[in-house]
Amino acid sequence: MIRTDNIIKSFGDNDVLKGVTTEFYAGKPNLIIGSSGAGKTVLLKLLIGLFEPTSGKVYYDDTDLFALDDEALREVRMKVGMLFQGNALFDSMSVGENIRFPMDMFTNKTMGEKEKRVNECLEMVNMEGINDRFPSEVSGGMQKRVGIARAMVLEPKYLFCDEPNSGLDPKTSILIDELICDLTNRNNITTVINTHDMNSVMGIGDNIVLLKDGNLAWQGNKNEVLESDSEVLQDFIFASPFLRRLREDALKTRHAE
Amino acid sequence: MVVDNMLYNLGRYVNLLRDSVSRPEKFSMYYKETMRQMDAIGVGSVFIVLLISVFIGMVTAVQFADQLGDSFVPSYYIGYIVRDITIIEMAPTITCLVLAGKVGSNLAAEIGGMRQKEHIDAMEIMGVNTAAYLIMPKIIAAVVVIPMLVAISAFVSIIGGYLSTVVPGTISHTEYVLGLRSFFVPRYVFMMFVKAAVFAFLLTSVSCYFGYYVKGGSIELGEASTSAVVVSDVMILVFDFLIALVLT
Repeated sequence: MIRTDNIIKSFGDNDVLKGVTTEFYAGKPNLIIGSSGAGKTVLLKLLIGLFEPTSGKVYYDDTDLFALDDEALREVRMKVGMLFQGNALFDSMSVGENIRFPMDMFTNKTMGEKEKRVNECLEMVNMEGINDRFPSEVSGGMQKRVGIARAMVLEPKYLFCDEPNSGLDPKTSILIDELICDLTNRNNITTVINTHDMNSVMGIGDNIVLLKDGNLAWQGNKNEVLESDSEVLQDFIFASPFLRRLREDALKTRHAE
Repeated sequence: MVVDNMLYNLGRYVNLLRDSVSRPEKFSMYYKETMRQMDAIGVGSVFIVLLISVFIGMVTAVQFADQLGDSFVPSYYIGYIVRDITIIEMAPTITCLVLAGKVGSNLAAEIGGMRQKEHIDAMEIMGVNTAAYLIMPKIIAAVVVIPMLVAISAFVSIIGGYLSTVVPGTISHTEYVLGLRSFFVPRYVFMMFVKAAVFAFLLTSVSCYFGYYVKGGSIELGEASTSAVVVSDVMILVFDFLIALVLT
């Protein structure tokens, strides 16, 4: 579990996060949503430790992330996997080498053991046999899967995904969501996903954190979204007239049942 | 404002260098990266170094021969002057100025590109000390390989001087070789290697610094690359003077 305690983050005079206290649970996908500029990316980078908070704390289970020295922080980070919006796959390395990189850097496994683990990870994301191809030679959806495979290679306890669906068609987006959800449940990982994608919210949102103007505006799960009377939530999720009509129809059906 | 900016950059540069000196997470990975950089910086720069060096030697010899004219200075001095100018100044300084353009801009663009594509963030999150992994192998590779390139440059320049004066018949082979063997001061060779090592350190560390902290898009990356070359060149010239003051 990851917990934030009254996190405030300012850049000069600009307060981006204004005291966010929330929890992200193990074994389920935790979604951070909100409009552009709401502070989602800053919160995600704070959770990973790429930014330091102006005040407040981030706890990984019971460990205060920002009280750790560099060495201890590095040890925590070895339990973290991250899928970047742009995948961040190293262009000069093949898919296999990309996935192997964390093992090359931090483990004393033999080449055979590493290759075996690479193949396991590729199988996990249904991408067997592309070890020797370069990131530029595979599609955007495949790159996302490779990114997930690399994030999973050291069997992380915490997985962060920054806009995993950006640039993908709806069908591939759903596949990626299902994959992340499946890995999270199977390995009891604390997964935090930063997303704009409403399919993700309604599909895998077991714990949804809505940010607005740097504040926690709403927290709940996908089943509570329809019935919630939070105006901020409804304005954000059901932004278009079409989606509002869909929501009304869904509510009518639900109440009729 | 300019002074503030300079002090800010200097402080950040020193901090980055401090961060880059740390125990490697995995020695074999750093070794592999250092070897890769030696190949990129060293082997990749041999042709341009050979090209500029032969011309430096030829120009130096031709111009000095012209200045000697009908004076009473013996013509074998051409070999002596080409040798000393090359060893003391031309080989280390001109070679490193050119390498600042070729290698420096390349390093700044490579690291800057990694920053922009979030590769550096990805490594940080994995637990890699990126300052150490991305910068230290490049500095070590450059400090080892660039003095070798400078030595090759000095040798080729002297051959260039020979080609431009002995081949057309300005002086004889014997005179040129006599000049090369006259008044030799071994300390100058030491000075050449000191300069080469210091310049190699400067051009790689400064270039890596500009790449590591790049922000924004392609325009900023281009600016960082340009700044890397300009600041490296200025630093090389400043330290050229300081080393000359200390070692002569």
